[in-house]
Amino acid sequence: MPQRQVAMLGVVVEQVRAGLRTEEDLSLLSEVSASTAGVSRLEMCIQCGTCGGSCPSAADMDHTPRMLFAMLRAGMREYVLRSNTPWICVSCYHCVVRCPQNVHIADVMYTLKGMAIKAKLYQDSTAPDFSRTFVDMVEEYGRSFEFGLATRHYLKHFPLRLPSMTPMALGMLSKERMTITPKRIRQIGQLKAILKRAKQMEATNGHGGAS
Amino acid sequence: MSSGNGRKPAVTERIGVYVCHCGSNIAGIVNVQEVAEWAASRLKHRGVVIGRDYKFMCSSLGQELIERDIKELGLTRVVVAACSPHLHEKTFRVACERAGLNPFLMEMVSIREQVSWVHTDKEVATLKAQAVVSGGVERVLHHEALEPLRVPIHPATLVVGGGIAGIQAALEIADAGFPVYLVEREPSIGGHMAQFDKTFPTLDCAACILTPRMVQAGSHPNITLMTWSEVEKVEGFVGNFEVTVRKRARMVKEDLCTGCGICQEKCPKKVVDTIYEAGLGYRKAVYTPFAQAVPKFPVMDVENCTYFIKGTCKACEKFCPTNAIDFTQQDQVLRLNVGSIILATGYEIFDARKVSNYGYGRLANVFTSLEMERLTNAAGPTNGQIVLRDGKTVPKSVGVIHCVGSRDRNFNNYCSVICCMQSLKFAHLVHERTGARVYNFYIDMRTPFKDYDEFYQRVLEEGTLFVRGKVAEVTDAARLPGEEGKLIIQVEDTLAGKQRRIPVDMVILSVGLEPRPDAQEVARRFGISCSVNGWFIEKHPKLDPVATMTEGIYIAGCAQGPKDIPATVSQGAAAAARVLGKIQQKELALEPVRASVLEERCSGCRICNSLCPFNAITYHEDRMVSEINPALCQGCGTCVAACPAGAISGTVFSNEQVLAQIEGLLLLNLGEEALAA
Amino acid sequence: MKHYLLYPGCSMEASARAYYDSLMQVAEPIGLELEEIKDWNCCGATEYLGISLTPAYALISRNLALASQQANGSRTVVAPCSACYLNLAKADYYMREQPRLGKMVNEALAAGGLAYQPGSLDVRHLLDVIVYDIGLETVKSKVVRPLSNLRVAPYLGCMVPRPDFEKRWSDHEHPVELDQLLKALGAEVIDFPLKTHCCGGHMTQISPDTAFELIRRLVSSADHYQADIMATLCPMCQLNLDAYQGEMNRHFGTHYRMPVVFFTQLMGLAFGLKPQDLGFGSELVSAKAALTKIGLQVPQAPAAPPKGRKEQGLPMPKPLPPRGSRALAEGEVQK
Repeated sequence: MPQRQVAMLGVVVEQVRAGLRTEEDLSLLSEVSASTAGVSRLEMCIQCGTCGGSCPSAADMDHTPRMLFAMLRAGMREYVLRSNTPWICVSCYHCVVRCPQNVHIADVMYTLKGMAIKAKLYQDSTAPDFSRTFVDMVEEYGRSFEFGLATRHYLKHFPLRLPSMTPMALGMLSKERMTITPKRIRQIGQLKAILKRAKQMEATNGHGGAS
Repeated sequence: MSSGNGRKPAVTERIGVYVCHCGSNIAGIVNVQEVAEWAASRLKHRGVVIGRDYKFMCSSLGQELIERDIKELGLTRVVVAACSPHLHEKTFRVACERAGLNPFLMEMVSIREQVSWVHTDKEVATLKAQAVVSGGVERVLHHEALEPLRVPIHPATLVVGGGIAGIQAALEIADAGFPVYLVEREPSIGGHMAQFDKTFPTLDCAACILTPRMVQAGSHPNITLMTWSEVEKVEGFVGNFEVTVRKRARMVKEDLCTGCGICQEKCPKKVVDTIYEAGLGYRKAVYTPFAQAVPKFPVMDVENCTYFIKGTCKACEKFCPTNAIDFTQQDQVLRLNVGSIILATGYEIFDARKVSNYGYGRLANVFTSLEMERLTNAAGPTNGQIVLRDGKTVPKSVGVIHCVGSRDRNFNNYCSVICCMQSLKFAHLVHERTGARVYNFYIDMRTPFKDYDEFYQRVLEEGTLFVRGKVAEVTDAARLPGEEGKLIIQVEDTLAGKQRRIPVDMVILSVGLEPRPDAQEVARRFGISCSVNGWFIEKHPKLDPVATMTEGIYIAGCAQGPKDIPATVSQGAAAAARVLGKIQQKELALEPVRASVLEERCSGCRICNSLCPFNAITYHEDRMVSEINPALCQGCGTCVAACPAGAISGTVFSNEQVLAQIEGLLLLNLGEEALAA
Repeated sequence: MKHYLLYPGCSMEASARAYYDSLMQVAEPIGLELEEIKDWNCCGATEYLGISLTPAYALISRNLALASQQANGSRTVVAPCSACYLNLAKADYYMREQPRLGKMVNEALAAGGLAYQPGSLDVRHLLDVIVYDIGLETVKSKVVRPLSNLRVAPYLGCMVPRPDFEKRWSDHEHPVELDQLLKALGAEVIDFPLKTHCCGGHMTQISPDTAFELIRRLVSSADHYQADIMATLCPMCQLNLDAYQGEMNRHFGTHYRMPVVFFTQLMGLAFGLKPQDLGFGSELVSAKAALTKIGLQVPQAPAAPPKGRKEQGLPMPKPLPPRGSRALAEGEVQK
């Protein structure tokens, strides 16, 4: 078992011994299902492994998608939300179209990302920070702003890579494939109102999607 | 007897009401004693002379209660309140008959499926049970004594499909001394089994165990073999079917042909054989599908024959030593009279081209299981050598993929039963013949029957590598060293928890089984139905797998659902036994639950004609009325409801009976009590 | 003229400027009328979906609401960018599959004075519209400079052919649409086995090692099959394969120089338009060398020896006709 997972196990085992928790949280499956767009069919998984076999980035994941779902159904909340699997998912949908039980795997990955962020259980904040920065830009301007996103992200997470990225950045700027100033939409107020309401609903209901 | 304020005339029938406890199934929710007592007192004015409750009415003691009461109390009607009539209606009818009461004067009402199993409130359930009993009482007053319909049964049988199921059924009936017509669409009987090399788990050579039966069937004095033929029309009813069979023109005179095979040899036109050789080998335009074909007469494929296309060649005719070739031969249309029909039309394999991530059809060395059978078959296109698509190279590593097109909501969501065993068989054969490294990729290992798991053990001992994981992709795009020029199987080894890329030379797809593409059409032709997945529907999935809802028509083998050879043979034999049982009776007693048309009320609108699911209604042009054939009618009631003139009524479900039952259910009959007292 | 509502997406304005420019150039000749949705906002790409559900779908659906308001006669939204296309299509589909989501999204939209009735718009990708609505015959008729001798690797990426809830594409793994379009332009299309494999998406920012490996697989495979150029339809794919090719080369110590352009750029070339109007020159791995191959006279290969009567090897099964009635068989005319 990789070093990370040993550490995870240690945390959980300690807490179990201290009587602070049980290992199993069987409400996890229904919580994830309810928070996923559409009908997830997660309970129909027969653990065949097609998803793990199809995944182009499986080698970099702590757990294959199938393994993650097995842990999910076993209620191993900590393991699942600490796993880097959803963050390495590239959303290529190979698993979704090949799954013999039509489980909406890629969308479950999105849900797990959101849950991991809420519970602050991700191991590496690179991905959540990237998403957060991207979204902040969109909420501010109504459009994505790559230059702002890239600089903020690299400064925070990969400062040492900045020098080597400069040629590419200059190339992009000179070919006008990147702008230094953000584009904005006119009715940003309307968008902000919509998103505010959506966030309110998310907070009160806890989830949208399948009941 | 109609509803309304009119006084009902005094009732002269003597009714016995029997309420069953069914252990605690009914008694746990319904107060059965109360119901029986209620019937005896509150329905006394409607003819109820006795009301009893008993633990298990269907038991012999329970039945005896009824029989004794019929004799001692002179009962003229019986109402049994218990489970669903589907289960025990016959039991109680027979009991009444034993006691001398016409069985159709008994009415069974369900207070289990319709009351105790669907309600939890005991008070309400008891009241409902009372109402249900009351409905039964009112209805039974309108019952009439009926006699079953007797039709003669023709001793001949039609077996459609000459695979192992059809052959088994035909032989059993023929051996018992009765005539059989065996109709087969292909030029020879044998079916899919004739294509296989070895059969699991015994590794018997398929042809060696099949061909003796084929020869027997071909030469049996009681079997009329019609190959290269198809059933075009089925008319009539159980015991008396009239079947139209088209015997297609072989272009060969059967009385002259000796089966020498020279025509085949000399024919210059080679065609890919997509049926017998599964697309992996060739045949000629005039051909017998395989050497042991029964009958031995070749057929001519006119779509590919040079003479029919261009008007030249005729090599077969030139060389035939007995002048048996006849280019002018026409199809023959025959009409057969049979009493029973057995459908054993078999299966088709799933089209693996649909699973594009496995590359069948695009990548040369991906084979289907049927193609693999032909490769391993000693009489196949490679004389039993397991080689790659180039026809020469022996593979050094082979991957066998289970569950292709089965257990998959993207294709067929059922399990095809035989693929795990078939895949194990391939693993064994590859090992034996090539010494190659073999991988089997499975989700679950399904080896349930006799000696099957032992076979799995054997294959494990031989060193086959098993990977538990449904293969995600078969690709030729190399990524890592060692993958160049190979087929790479990408799969998650779920037990090891890692994604693996396994390079092999050859991939075998164990494809699932599917119904024949024309199964729906065939079902319609014979008057039976297909399930959601396209298999023929049996009468009862557990207790009656060879009969269908249509009397006289039976099904056997994979046409009913995927199964292995032992089960197929068993079903063929079972269907034959059923048929023989009927033939022995010489006469069939059909349930007199039938509809009939009151001619004077029929307006000739013919609405009922097309509604009848059993094609039982014919229209008489001369009298301009419709008539229902009582032998075909199954008593479904569709026409009764549909007739706008109300001209159709059914015995056992007449309008009066149904209306009376409704009145009883609504307890409208109780109001009379005070008046009758 | 076929009229559609256009959702360009953020990349078309900057990083995929070439896509936009070339699309505008080729739209008129083939009779494609595109009306941009007014004041459209970013669809959120794959970022918002991983944070919270309702705001993510509300963000996407504002565009659908604006489109349905603006729609005059047309009920189809065309999205050239794969992620945008998938987001819009998914939003509409999930809101239909799960009415509760639709209700929540509409409640959020109402706060901005908007509403969207799920199912009232069709969301389609640009390639889909060109191949099936405009038709390959029309495209072919506009070709004045066939791209002969140009070996093109068609690369669709992952989000367009999958998950394909509305079954618009011929196959999830090996769809033929882009192949057929490129053939109609006269190019030599290679049978590229990784044509729908993922480029890594935003992984270049999250986990560069993963991303570089995915990019390497694609570029090296195209190179292995001796493609001169890769044609894609997704801005993200183009960015990853083109802009990050240098980084990838550095990472692995390889020296690939595989140009990656948008299929609309190739269409423009075949229609005889000027390369600089089509965004050529904006790619980081220059396509100049590949373009010089177009129309070059190549000496005729010696005639193949006559085939012996004996067949070599065992016969292969015939290919299946593409899925459904949507896709065209080889050479079939679009009605």
